[in-house]
Amino acid sequence: MLTDLTLAEARAGLRAGRFSSRELTLAFLGAIEALNPRLNAFITVTAERALAQADAADAALARGEHAALTGIPLAIKDLYCTAGVRTTAGSRILAPFVPSYESTVSANLLRDGAVFLGKANMDEFAMGSSNMTSAYGAVTNPWTRRGDNRALVPGGSSGGSAAAVAARLALGATATDTGGSIRQPASFCGIAGIKPTYGRCSRWGVVAFASSLDHPGPLARTVEDCAILLGSMAGFDPKDSTSADIAVPDFAAACARGVKGLRIGVPREYRSDGMAPEIEALWRQGLDWLRAEGAEIVDVSLPHTRYGLATYYIVAPAEASSNLARYDGVRFGARTEGHDLIELYENTRAEGFGSEVKRRVMIGTYVLSAGYYDAYYLRAQKVRALILKDFTDVFQQVDALLTPTAPTAAFAQGERMDDPITMYLNDVFTVPANLSGVPGLSVPAGLDAQGLPLGLQVLGRHFDEETVFAVGAAIERAAGFPALPSIRAGA
Amino acid sequence: MSLDPATVRRIARLARIRVDEAQVTQMQAELNAILGWIEQLNEVNVDGVAPMAGGSQGMAQRLRVDAVTDGGMADQVLANAPDRAGAFYAVPKVVE
Repeated sequence: MLTDLTLAEARAGLRAGRFSSRELTLAFLGAIEALNPRLNAFITVTAERALAQADAADAALARGEHAALTGIPLAIKDLYCTAGVRTTAGSRILAPFVPSYESTVSANLLRDGAVFLGKANMDEFAMGSSNMTSAYGAVTNPWTRRGDNRALVPGGSSGGSAAAVAARLALGATATDTGGSIRQPASFCGIAGIKPTYGRCSRWGVVAFASSLDHPGPLARTVEDCAILLGSMAGFDPKDSTSADIAVPDFAAACARGVKGLRIGVPREYRSDGMAPEIEALWRQGLDWLRAEGAEIVDVSLPHTRYGLATYYIVAPAEASSNLARYDGVRFGARTEGHDLIELYENTRAEGFGSEVKRRVMIGTYVLSAGYYDAYYLRAQKVRALILKDFTDVFQQVDALLTPTAPTAAFAQGERMDDPITMYLNDVFTVPANLSGVPGLSVPAGLDAQGLPLGLQVLGRHFDEETVFAVGAAIERAAGFPALPSIRAGA
Repeated sequence: MSLDPATVRRIARLARIRVDEAQVTQMQAELNAILGWIEQLNEVNVDGVAPMAGGSQGMAQRLRVDAVTDGGMADQVLANAPDRAGAFYAVPKVVE
């Protein structure tokens, strides 16, 4: 089945003329039509556009022209502005928003010939770890527990992107990661995903949540597919003042490097008392695989790890409260009328934002308000500096770190919804890489006792995604992760 | 630090989010739980630590030439406005 191909295989098939991009695109559109009513992975499907892009790709291929992604069907997280296609950020407040411009990252993908199938569901403004905060409904994880048909969450915030890729509704997807929103859904859905170094992918045209923590990146079924996608997405962009003017290496080539002679660190602070034994066992297994491939395993310390989440839940809401001030019911987005301008603002935002977004905007407003700035925000910025120093120190000793991606496997829709802080704890292993800006990749490595996928996380030095890909690909080869989700195209 | 109902209302006002009286108590409890949880940062010794602002490490923020590089697209800019009057955004009357 065409939908079972990896991105790399599909690309080779297109180039060899074994099938056309139209055939490939139709296969994915058919899978979306069949399964999206169950999964709700897409908010918007752009079938006609996709077919027009596929035909253009086929014409290019017929002329012997092929760019990195010519004819490859992808899902685009609905946080990326797409010219002429509604972009909601998972929020009611952006329900009527149709950008007139294309985000830099999605424009890079189009430049390289990609086909866009549609816009993927997500937690509202990327605030969430379960995709339950979307104004467009929950996303169902294509995986289910053995002998239990309850719908599970795909993780979040890039839950629609991850579910679409895992269920074979797209060859790959764009996603974003502010506190773990690429890596945690990758782990929950049994696929690969990388949050690159801060500055590697332009944020221009990606709806802002917390600008110093937001990282665009890809999700795909294999590490190599992520490397191919990142190669197209990355690159210097003068329109983003934090974009890095650094050459984009051949990430895909790095996947074949192997790990011989690499020093892999095991941060002791990630070994929490409450860790599920099967996650700890998988972690140990991952280290054994790397050792068997010639890597040296080193115990290391990241002493401020335990303060990562609290730091994050000051910095991220603070930035969000500033960024989301733009939704005022005047310039774009939904409006709820009021008797005067202030009432218009207050009504618009009360109606337009969901409860998690309101909570974070309120927290952010408070920690930035007069009298509290030093106690909360300034202190958090200082702890953030210490967390960064933990990483720069440890990367003097080792080339990469290996940790679990998330403290648990996917949970059921409705579980852990009572208390916001319980939900925040999902990101305990992923948040430090956002605070420090180092690259992090999640690779599917095994199953838990209930048959759900678990991911391992590889962290690397700033702008050394190549080593991260090398380590991730080595784990992928050793794991030979064979399991398939129960809900998928052709199943 | 614990928020009282008046502070919750003040923050909501600053954030320009209408909060009904019925919501104040629930929000107060949720916000206090989060603020109580993040107070663990007080344990950390941050003496002499320079605060980290922004995500780019070791890279100076670029400045560009102060020149117009974009613009002249009023229709595109206004295309998503909920209400407009000619080439302007329309809002309820602000000045009597």
